[in-house]
Amino acid sequence: MTTRSFGAPITRNEDARLLSGQALFVDDVELPGMLHAAFLRSNVAHARIRSIDVAVARARPGVIAVYTAADLGALWAPGPLLVPPPPIAGIVFNQRTQVPLAKDKVRHVGEPLAVVVAQSRYLAEDALADIAIDLEPLPAVVDLEKAGETDSARVHDDVRGNVAAHVRQFRGNYAAARARADHLIARRFCYDHGASSPIETRGIVASWDGRANQLTVWDTTQAPVFLRNGLAGMLGLSERQVRVIAPFVGGGFGPKIMLFYPEEVVLPWAAMTLNRPIKWIEDRLEHFFATSHERGQTHDAEIALSGDGMILGIKDVFLHDTGAYNPYGLTVPINSQCTLLGPYVVPHYDSTFTAVFTNKPIVTPYRGAGRQHGVFVIERLLDIAARELGIDRAEIRRRNFIPPDAFPYKNDIIYQDFTRLEYDSGDYEPILDKALAAIGYREFLAEEQPRLKAQGRHVGLGIACYVEGTGIGPYEGAKVQVQANGKVSVATGIGTQGQGHFTVFAQIAADQVGVDVRNVDVVTGDTDQFYWGAGTFASRGAVVAGNAVNEAAKVVRTKIIKLAAEHFECAEEDLEIGDGKVSVVGVPGKAVTLGELALKANPMRGAVRPGTEPGLESTQYFGPPSGATASGVHAMIIEIDPLTFMVQVLKYVVVHDCGTIINPLILSGQIHGGVAQGIGNAYYEQLVFDDDGQLLNASLADYLLPTALEVPRMEIVHTVTASPLNPLGIKGAGEAGAIPVGPLFAQAIEDALGLADRKIELNEIPLSPNRMFELTTKSR
Amino acid sequence: MIGRAVSTDSQSADRHDIAVIVNGLQYSRTVESRLLLSDFLRHDLLLAGTHVGCEHGVCGACTVIFDGVPVRSCLMLAAQADGHAIMTVEGLAADRNHLNPLQEAMRDCHGLQCGYCTPGILMTMTAFLDENPAPDEAQVREALSGNLCRCTGYQHIVDAVLLAAERLRSPSP
Repeated sequence: MTTRSFGAPITRNEDARLLSGQALFVDDVELPGMLHAAFLRSNVAHARIRSIDVAVARARPGVIAVYTAADLGALWAPGPLLVPPPPIAGIVFNQRTQVPLAKDKVRHVGEPLAVVVAQSRYLAEDALADIAIDLEPLPAVVDLEKAGETDSARVHDDVRGNVAAHVRQFRGNYAAARARADHLIARRFCYDHGASSPIETRGIVASWDGRANQLTVWDTTQAPVFLRNGLAGMLGLSERQVRVIAPFVGGGFGPKIMLFYPEEVVLPWAAMTLNRPIKWIEDRLEHFFATSHERGQTHDAEIALSGDGMILGIKDVFLHDTGAYNPYGLTVPINSQCTLLGPYVVPHYDSTFTAVFTNKPIVTPYRGAGRQHGVFVIERLLDIAARELGIDRAEIRRRNFIPPDAFPYKNDIIYQDFTRLEYDSGDYEPILDKALAAIGYREFLAEEQPRLKAQGRHVGLGIACYVEGTGIGPYEGAKVQVQANGKVSVATGIGTQGQGHFTVFAQIAADQVGVDVRNVDVVTGDTDQFYWGAGTFASRGAVVAGNAVNEAAKVVRTKIIKLAAEHFECAEEDLEIGDGKVSVVGVPGKAVTLGELALKANPMRGAVRPGTEPGLESTQYFGPPSGATASGVHAMIIEIDPLTFMVQVLKYVVVHDCGTIINPLILSGQIHGGVAQGIGNAYYEQLVFDDDGQLLNASLADYLLPTALEVPRMEIVHTVTASPLNPLGIKGAGEAGAIPVGPLFAQAIEDALGLADRKIELNEIPLSPNRMFELTTKSR
Repeated sequence: MIGRAVSTDSQSADRHDIAVIVNGLQYSRTVESRLLLSDFLRHDLLLAGTHVGCEHGVCGACTVIFDGVPVRSCLMLAAQADGHAIMTVEGLAADRNHLNPLQEAMRDCHGLQCGYCTPGILMTMTAFLDENPAPDEAQVREALSGNLCRCTGYQHIVDAVLLAAERLRSPSP
């Protein structure tokens, strides 16, 4: 039998191509006669457009075309709402989606006004300077609270108070819980999440083949199938006439799923209009304005507790910055609202948020997708409660955990996938215990910290818990097919941005079909290879597409065995599958390879009987009833310099549960990367806007991504509570690492500097050396 | 980027005839003064393994080895490469079935995810290991700190560089 590959730390099938410079990324696509596009973008956050004059640009040698909104005809329309608002009673939702090129008004810096198509990127960018624009500046809406004041400017003239949405969700009766509480804690928390900043910016190549009546678009998207469907509709084509290829994509982390970016509409249209292939590659400066962010929320939260630290209820009212448009609906604030509940029993919960339009780039999910914001609020509330009630901070968490026999655990409110939030499975206390043991909790607090503090060193510990709703529907599909050369092909509709899909899907199929994992070729993100699907988001690729691969591979296995039984004229039970062949048990040498069977399944003579199909292939779909809930605990020991406030992480532990593990090597990589982004969010990365809505640090020299010196070595402990919601028992893992790092930093820094004694609380993220100086100096 | 179709009819002022050796092969081309070395490698020579991440010299994805020294090809002009020798990621191994020890260690340690920053990291670390055959973790991290990776959290890259150094010191028979 072939060694089982599911669960093994197998190196990746895709790496040789990537390591030798042979993997195709969008900017590597070179086509004969290809033109290049550059976009003229607004340099102010809010203005009325008086006029745009492109005559000089059009006359520049090498320029093929210049388009503004007026040239787009029927193409010009606000984009679709990707995710409609969930069915929540009393919800207010004002849909205002972005347009291909701005007409009448610009609403954020970087909003495109015109596009130049020229013979080279250099010439296209030259011609941008030839375009004369006359803008009438308007006051910018920047601050979340001021946005709602009656005298505030309006991002959308017809939306009063800049209210994009207003949502209240509750369970139980918070007022009653509050009335019998022994202890109340109310605080304001500000949580700002930055830009995903993949090292590859966005890019598009669009090519119209008039002979074949076929549009091909290479795009750095996380959702090629939705892009294909939408483009067909906008361009008056059938879906079959549009092929979207998301080749190797250099990181995404959420913003590459936003649809439709203006460039994604304009490039294919211009390629058809000019009958020439056109490429556009976003530069890093554009990326800071033209690609979506996540950004900030302000929470006013209150927790009601019993004297022994049991949570009686939580009330939270928060503002959410949605930017200039809201094409992604309410996914981010709904995630914040739901994930605040964490791994704890919260009998009474009352949460209301207002999503606010601002003159800033669009907000859509970025790794964690609002979950960080909620986790920060609950974890900080528990830290403060522990201190005020004199309870150990690990102990107060333990007391409030949902017990293992309470699953599936209903939280009643509506989650981002529109189902009632329900945790499928989990066992939280062992995770906490493992984290405490791994970080050396007791020893550190009782011995090491006092010893080091006596030496004048400022060391502190943080510990934070989280849950993550992962692996949501609607569905994904996969086609598994045995090739005549004995290799197995797997195709699925999701795109890939480094998650290891070429390997983990191969592992799933390899075990079912009985081949080596190196003999499984996976194709992702090409709509001509697999027609249906949703995309790579919400930590769902492995869960949803992985189970679809498993289902399809199971059917192929059945077909292989059936055909082999006919071939050997024996019973199916007498056969075993493995090492790329089917063997008759107990008869050495009596075997047929999968390649031979694949040929046999597509006969030139002898009919395919009614009710059967040629080939050894199957296409299957998987849609989970609801999301699978992953969980974990992070613990960290830091040292901070009390003068410079530079933080050094001395030890970092992650204990997590994402259900059954497909590949522990790849899983560790996902967690490492998530933590690194969490560290950036907690202490280094902040999008700094001024009062005019200008982003002041739009370069990688000023927006500080963590380097190998800021990200510590991590110790990872995997635990497994299999999900009952899918046959493989998987939960998602992609986002988890990034989620609890904010509260971990706040708690550890407070601990290291003894801030509690100085009545200083760190109730905001990101922190930074500068901000620490301000916070600790003010109250000296 | 300037394709050659453009080079013939461009009205731009000054152009340069340059000859460079890339991965051991000699190339002679006429380029515009302003053409970036990164664009020249990627779009004129079609050596697209060198990636461009920021075009302002911070991310390190475009790093190539220029006369033996790692440089950022987005901060140089193609014209400056005239008469010089460059190695890119395509020059590290004969083909994808015969990776070099650093590339193999990157695969073995899962030192890459999306792979976009990887060529730059391979070139930086190739030059680093040439000078530091027995580095410790702190030295590797310091040397790596000029290359941004958004996927891996660096730990597996550090592991890979240390493993490659070890294997290069004591090659298996």
